[in-house]
Amino acid sequence: MSIAAVTATRDAPASAILPARGGMLGALSDLFWRRPRFLLVLMLMPPLLWLGVVYIGSLLALLLQSFFSIDEFSGLINRQFTLKTYADLLQPANFDIIVRTVTMAALVTLASIAVAFPIAYYAARYAQGRWKALFYLAVMLPLWSSYLVKVYAWKLILAKEGILTWFLAKLHLLWLLDGWLALPYVGGNSLSVSATGTFIAFVYVWLPFMILPMQAALERVPGNLVEASSDLGASPGQTFRNVLFPLALPGIVAGSIFTFSLTLGDYIVPQIIGTSRLFIGQAVYSQQGTAGNIPLAAAFAVVPIVIMAFYLWGAKRMGAFDAL
Amino acid sequence: MRSDRSQSAPLGLKIAATCGLLFLHLPILLIFVYAFTTEEKSYQWPPPGLTTQWLAVTWNRPDVWEALSLSVRVAAISTLVAMILGTLCAAAVSRSRFFGREAVSLLVILPIALPGIITGIALRSAFSLTEIPFSFWTIVLGHATFCVVVVYNNAVARFRRTSGSLIEASYDLGADGFQTFRHVVLPNIATALLAGGMLAFALSFDEVIVTTFTAGQQQTLPIWMLEELIRPRQRPVTNVVAMVVVLVTLLPILLAYYLTRDGDQVAGSGK
Repeated sequence: MSIAAVTATRDAPASAILPARGGMLGALSDLFWRRPRFLLVLMLMPPLLWLGVVYIGSLLALLLQSFFSIDEFSGLINRQFTLKTYADLLQPANFDIIVRTVTMAALVTLASIAVAFPIAYYAARYAQGRWKALFYLAVMLPLWSSYLVKVYAWKLILAKEGILTWFLAKLHLLWLLDGWLALPYVGGNSLSVSATGTFIAFVYVWLPFMILPMQAALERVPGNLVEASSDLGASPGQTFRNVLFPLALPGIVAGSIFTFSLTLGDYIVPQIIGTSRLFIGQAVYSQQGTAGNIPLAAAFAVVPIVIMAFYLWGAKRMGAFDAL
Repeated sequence: MRSDRSQSAPLGLKIAATCGLLFLHLPILLIFVYAFTTEEKSYQWPPPGLTTQWLAVTWNRPDVWEALSLSVRVAAISTLVAMILGTLCAAAVSRSRFFGREAVSLLVILPIALPGIITGIALRSAFSLTEIPFSFWTIVLGHATFCVVVVYNNAVARFRRTSGSLIEASYDLGADGFQTFRHVVLPNIATALLAGGMLAFALSFDEVIVTTFTAGQQQTLPIWMLEELIRPRQRPVTNVVAMVVVLVTLLPILLAYYLTRDGDQVAGSGK
């Protein structure tokens, strides 16, 4: 190839080396090679259009609706900008729902941490080879099992005539159950219609979401740090408080994002196992369904978004995202 | 430095970990016992007797079959859409750095990071604003949106492990872009895509929260079950369906794990 030919095709370097391909597919292939940005845009376009239009569009629609209000007499939605719906959230009945949900989410998160830690620590530090794979599957299978079936299983367990009552009766501990159910707030007619039942079911359903990031964080703690701590005379409790826990904290915070967020938004667990007192998710569901008050439902739905935004901001500062 | 590996765990830790794992698994096993109980009216334990008649009763229930068929169709199409969108997105994000790359990953993860009820109510309010009637396709729209992330996660992890020099070698040897995709890229990412697809199918098959907002009058299998849990009609049939659902979701999960187990990121760790 002469120098003149090379300079003539300088704008198209690919054809300077190889002759251009024939046919439409060949031309297209050459175009992608010469203009990688074009291919990039082509590849990104469908997913971004889908997520941008369907998802972000819907979120904006939700936000928009939360600034509308409902006419209390006609039940029609008044499409004018107002903050009245947000003010409605502060009414005692509605504010109670928010406080109740956030309290439950916090308690569920703390309990998940306590139950998940031994499993995650054992899997990270002591299990190896086939046991490690087995541990991983043992956490992953419940994570992916049907959510409804898991909730249903707890309905069976906690029912008055169910296995838990039977088990406690065998141990002659029924007085303990009755005493607990007689307490205000946490008690009820049976565990399956009490706040305690809701709490247990929540912990069960979200536990794997806590174990996995916690285990990932604990895998990164060098074992010799723990040994050094005990060599220097720390008791197991001190080692846990001063060495293990601070190093595992990013993973714990990462797991707590899931347990907290999922509890905030759930409406099925408290509906199936629980009292008639509402949670945010149930409020959203009933406001948009039977009550037909979409603006109030939208405003309720914005609450978890705002809480999670603050939570994520705090978690990012603690380095939780590196543990995901 | 790994001498600690040979140590055995303290007894207290062993007991606590075992109790935790039992807590995770016993409730699911209980479902299997209840599917065979003769008791119809309550959740009585221990079961007064065991029978297999409810399997036959469930088999002859048209509403269960209709719900199952709708669920399978929705999951199949959502998985297909999610696989196309997720793979495209993963390929774009892993092959080049560009402005807004982080934002793209965040956008993909957002539908599953925010509580399901928010995705659900957001879609419903969008449908009501634009006056789209509920149909099969509104369910698919919701499902595909949160299934993208599962395929994306698996594909991104595999792309990261696939060496770019393979693709360059293919070009150097004269293959065009399509030939390279067909003979080099696709064989490398195929198992990861399969795993991602199976997880997406399982996720869609089981989804209930978003579906209640996008389904209108139609019943997917989880919606059918939710109805039964709130207003029980025939409890033993619900028990049998619950058992079948556990068995059906078990298979794709185990298969997806098997397909990606030597990878740096195993399928399913981020639901």
